[in-house]
Parts: sequence; C-alpha cells; structure tokens
Amino acid sequence: MKFSFSSEQDEFRSNLRRYLADRAPIKETRRLMETDAGWEREGWQALNADLGLAAVRIPEEYGGHGFGFGEHCIVLEEMGRALVCAPYFATTVLAAGAILHAGSDERKAALLPGIASGKTVATLAAAEDGGSWEAAATTLTASATGRLNGHKSFVLDGHTADLIVVLARGPSGLAFYTVDGNAAGLTRRLLKTMDPTRKLARLEFSDVESTFLGSAEGAYEKLAIEAAVCLSNEMVGGAERLREDSLAYAMMRMQFGKPIASFQSMKHKAADMLLDVELAKSAAYYAAAALDEGDADIAATASLAKACASDAYSQTATHAIQIHGGIGFTWDNDTHLWYKRGKSSDVLFGDAFYHRENMMKHWAE
Amino acid sequence: MTELNEDTVRAECRAWLTANWDPNLGLVEWRHKLAESGWGNPHWPSRWYGRDLPVGLVPIVKEEFARIGAIGPAEAGIRVLAAATILAHGTDMHKEKFLMRIMTGEDTWCQLFSEPGSGSDVAGAVTRAEMKGNQWIVNGQKVWTTSAHKAHWGLLLARTDWDAKKHAGLSYFIIDMKQPGVTVYPLRQMNGHASFNQVFLSDATVQPEFLVSAVGDGWAVTTTTLMHERRGADGLRTWGKGSTRPERAYEEERAEIATTMEPYKWYPQRAGRVDLVLPRAKETGKIADPVVRQEIAKLLTMSKAAEWTARRARAAQAEGRPQGPEGSLGKLVSSHIARAAARVHTQISGADALLTGDDGPMNGVIAEILVSVPATSIAGGTDEIQRNIISERVLKMPRERTGDTEKPFKDVPRNLVG
Repeated sequence: MKFSFSSEQDEFRSNLRRYLADRAPIKETRRLMETDAGWEREGWQALNADLGLAAVRIPEEYGGHGFGFGEHCIVLEEMGRALVCAPYFATTVLAAGAILHAGSDERKAALLPGIASGKTVATLAAAEDGGSWEAAATTLTASATGRLNGHKSFVLDGHTADLIVVLARGPSGLAFYTVDGNAAGLTRRLLKTMDPTRKLARLEFSDVESTFLGSAEGAYEKLAIEAAVCLSNEMVGGAERLREDSLAYAMMRMQFGKPIASFQSMKHKAADMLLDVELAKSAAYYAAAALDEGDADIAATASLAKACASDAYSQTATHAIQIHGGIGFTWDNDTHLWYKRGKSSDVLFGDAFYHRENMMKHWAE
Repeated sequence: MTELNEDTVRAECRAWLTANWDPNLGLVEWRHKLAESGWGNPHWPSRWYGRDLPVGLVPIVKEEFARIGAIGPAEAGIRVLAAATILAHGTDMHKEKFLMRIMTGEDTWCQLFSEPGSGSDVAGAVTRAEMKGNQWIVNGQKVWTTSAHKAHWGLLLARTDWDAKKHAGLSYFIIDMKQPGVTVYPLRQMNGHASFNQVFLSDATVQPEFLVSAVGDGWAVTTTTLMHERRGADGLRTWGKGSTRPERAYEEERAEIATTMEPYKWYPQRAGRVDLVLPRAKETGKIADPVVRQEIAKLLTMSKAAEWTARRARAAQAEGRPQGPEGSLGKLVSSHIARAAARVHTQISGADALLTGDDGPMNGVIAEILVSVPATSIAGGTDEIQRNIISERVLKMPRERTGDTEKPFKDVPRNLVG
C-alpha cells in the first residue's frame, strides 16, 4: 500500500490550492451559498476549462484524464478545505461513479464525455424520505418502459443537475435510470438545509421518462464505498483548514496581556486537534489507496475512514468555535460554515455510528 | 574500492557471514568476531567496530543476518543508548573500554536520570557530584531505573554546580554500579510487577576519567541519550524472539533474552492488547451486543489510523522527505488506544475482569491489562509533556515561561525529598 504522495501529486495539490484560494475564496462561497442554485455555471466551467477537474477519474477513452482515486481524492480534499460551492461531488463521485459501474460501454460513451468536459452537471438520486442510504429501502418504481414513479430526497444538487441518475425498483430488480433534469413530470424542490454550502433537493417523479442505465446489484454497494472514501477525503480537508485557522486565531488573540496560544489549555487542545485530524487524514488517504489497489477489505476500510473523518471533523469544528469564543458564534465569522459542512458530511451516506456498525459486519465474523 | 550500494553491501556481508558464521561458537566469542569485522554495527565508525555504512543500508545487512539466522550484537536494554552516547561524546578510552563489551553483551547498563523530585523535568536533577581529593563523590537518589540490580555501569546525570543556571550546572558520568556506595532496591508497581529500581547513591565514587564531555555539559549529553531512547523506544521492547535451534550460540542467546526481557513481560498488556479484543468478544458472545460493537469499532478505528499515521511518517523518512506532524503523534495516540482498549476489555469481560491469575480470563492477562495501561500515558514522557512538545515544536505555539532557567539553580523552588 502507498503511504506517501508522489512529487507530481504534491505539485498538483499545491497548484490546485493556489487556484482555489484565488478563484474560490470564502467570499465567493458566501455569495454562492445565498443563491438557490448554490453554484454558477460560469465558475464551474472555468474550473473545468482551467484544471479539468471533472475529468480527473474518468477514463481517457471517455474524454477523461484516467487518474485514480489518489488524484480524485486530492481534488476533493482541497475542495473541502476551500469549501468550494460547486456540484463536484454530485457530478464526479456519484453520477460518474454510477455510470462507470452500471453503464454499458455505449451508455458510458454517451454520458461521460459531457461530464468530463464540465458541460453536464449530474447527480445521483438514491435516498428517499426515510433518509436511508441502503438500496433495499428504495420504493421508487420503474416500469418496463422506463417510466419512473415515486420520490427521492436528500439529492445533492438535485434541483440544478442537468442529468439525474435515479436508483429505482425496476421489473428485474434494483437498477439505475437516467433522467433529464427538465423532464416532464419531474418536480424538483430545494430543501431548506442547515448547511448552506451543500444544496439538497427533494424530487417527485410522476410518470417520468427515463433511460435504463444498468443493474444496481453490486454497483450501488461499490458506489456507496467510493462515496464514503471520497467524502472522507473532502472532510479531512475541511477539518484541517479549521484546525489551522483556529491555531492562527489563537496566536493573535490577546487576553490577559498575552496571546491565548500561550495558555496550556489552548496548547493541549491544539495538540489534540492535530492528532484527530492527522489520524483521520491517514485513514482517508489509506482508503483512497486501497480503492486504487482493489483491496479486498475495502468495504470495512471505507467505513473506518468515514467514521474517523466524521468524528474528527465534528470534534475539530466544536473546538474551533470554542477557541474563537464569542466571535466564533457569529454569522460573520467563517467558522460556522465548516462546522455546518462537517455536520452535513457526517450524516450524508451514513453517520459514524452507521459506519462503525458496517465495519463490524465485516470484521466480526 | 567497490562502489557502496545495496548489491555490493549485500554481497560483501553475505560472503563474510558464509565464511564466519558458526552457531557452535560461544555467544561472546561470536560477537567478538562480529565486532572486529564491523558487520555487527556497520553504521558505526570503522575505527570503532563499524564500517561507516550509511544508516539507510543497514537494513540490507540485517536482512542478510536474518536470512541465515546469524545472531547479531547484543542490542536490548540501555546498552544501545550507552553505545550511542559514548560514540557521540566519549573519549577514546571510553570507546576502548566499553564498546566491545556492550556489543558482546558482557556488560549490562542502566540509566540514572529520573529522580523522585524530577520526573518530567529531568534537568531539575539534584543528585550531587562533588570533586573531593582526586575523585567525584556522588550523593542522591535515582528512580525508575530498569535493570539497575544487574547493571555493571550506569549513565549518571548529576549536579556539579549549584550557582550555575539549571541546565548549565549538570554533568554526565559513567558510574561503576558494583561498588559499596550504590544500593539498589526494587520498586513495586501498581500491577504487582517490579520492573524498575530505586538507586541510592551514598558517597559513591567516580574516577575523573569517567566524566563524559566537560563539567557543566551534562544536559547536552543527556539530550543525545534521550534522543536515541525516543527513536528506539519500540525497538528496546519488541526485541527478543530467540531461535529454537539447538546449537550453543542460540542456547546462550535464549538465556540472554529471557533475562533481558524479564522486566518487560507485562509491556504488551500496558499497550492495551488491541489484538485480543475481537477474539475475546467472539469468545464471550459480546460481539452480538451493539453497544460493545460500537466501542470495538471506535478502538479499531483509532488503532488502524494510528498504524497508518506511523506508516506515513516512515514513508516520508524513507524517501528523505521532511517529516510532517504525523511523526510526533505516536506516543500520545498510544495512550488513547491503551485506555480505550482497557475500557473495551472490561466491557467484554464483565465481572470476570475483576479476577486475576488463574481465576481470571486468559490466566489473568485481562486483569493485567486493566492495571497496566496507566503506565502508557506516563512512561517515556507523560501525555501532558507530549502535548507541550507537539504544540511548541510542531505547531510553534509560544513556550510558557517557567521561571526556573534564568536564576542560579540553588534559588529555584523544588520538591522536598527524603
């Protein structure tokens, strides 16, 4: 297993970090999070024209760069760090992943180049009102002719995506279907969410026309594993940013005639925060490498990484607000933006308790 | 001269071992040969039983030894720290007198740093060394001294100048442990074992030539020893799986290992025995309890993530990259793991966790975990000291003013001991 990044990967990361600091500063996040869409096509297309980020893990034969999860997760970590408002996770991890796992060569050739170029914004509609991430909980139905009836909820960027991959109960079992974002009979409603930087939608399907993508048997499980690993990497990026910002604040905040960073209570908290974040990073990086290497224990490893990142992000965010004191509880201070992203990331695709139980399912036999 | 690379080193080492390794030799005789050849500690200077080999190539040599089961130099215990310190700061006389007998295992060493009044604050030592007549006279008390009862020599930190500032008043000596002024008592721990000793020094003597470096330079020398201790912290204790082969050298090595490792036999328990958690949970049926499953998963998450963090640090080191913060966290996380493991083991064993010895599960191992883990967050630098090190050295947070380093040490408030 790989335990370090190559110098090319390090360089890619630092270029990307610089680009995002320049083009997606927190001021931009604040502007976009106040919009209903939560992102803008102009910025999304620039991101892809300049750096080809949507293409990172898409195979070269479908217009992508053909990199692995190692590189894809670097992008996600940096986006989580910068708190970029873009439909990146929905498009590149969820929709592209479903198409890669379930689609025929022909369907891949039809759908992936648009995603890779940044032209198509896509998402996956899997969970429903109960908020379960298990495929078995699916109630939305697909007819033999691909007509969809039912609802989906907690759909990332579901109100704005051009293309929606829908998990449905079809005539021959659970399968993925693709639906045009503007299809007749589809009603999309932006949900009011606690985390303003990650938009969720509820979708109603009333006899909506769709195209069969492929069976979800096995494919959904693979996708759920990848989503957990990718989200873990996004999360550790955010957690590390919070940790660094809190430390910088403690170094300059003066009380009792000295920086609060000189108090042992702050120093020990900072050491604990470093430990939490570094452990979570190790787990997230390991899981990404394990995905690339086809590790047999990947289901448990992915859950471990997600549980570890969830706890670390929440704990770091709690400490970060505490270190900032009163100002940390204000809207104008940026800390709460990551705090909320940490919470939404914890819950999406299964929280820490869910993933710990999942680990045990694999390790308790 | 042949070029120095993995292949040439491997070939040369293999040729020497093929010609010289003989398990029917006595252990000391073999190691004597080994020391003379330079293959025992090849990274040491060629003038002093080494071959000036870059540290990066040492694993190749170790592989060659392991390949044919050849025994290496004596490496367990404080003797490696003594060797490293002597190589860095000792005189030729020290090297002449001590290094060979360290490698052969004939001499055992101990470290006389900690005192009842100075644990985390080692530089606050108050054991006193005074030049009287033509020798140093030492008085004071040391504690947590592993193997002091067997040691021939001790690495001693003592105060030689009370008017100097704290760190400047210390000197470093090699002291003969087998003399009337040195009395050793075992120190019984809360888990019932006695792995350490208290050492009382009453008019113990040190000849002037056994001062290491200059008078007043003791803290710098101590730092060298401690640095090697931290670097090798795991190695000191995991060493010691002897071969079961019948020849004389193996037989003598088994006896040596049994003696050297005796004080460390509870060390696996102090780390929490994470390896036993799943087997015990299955054996007791607690694996079906969802609350226990959550706790086990939390523990395994921490333990795996810690292992991968250590691997990240080692990978950076192996590639010659600057080490990130991941290299400084192992000690602190091991305390968390040990405590969490003890908690989970209690949860799994229930009332049986109260029973020790042959009344208890696994012949008392589970109970021993519960009463041994508190050592993890104290020994070798407390969690609090680790957090200070992380926050000050890694995160560059301001050092606290301590008020004891700027005035003559005699004016510094200190513990009353005795």
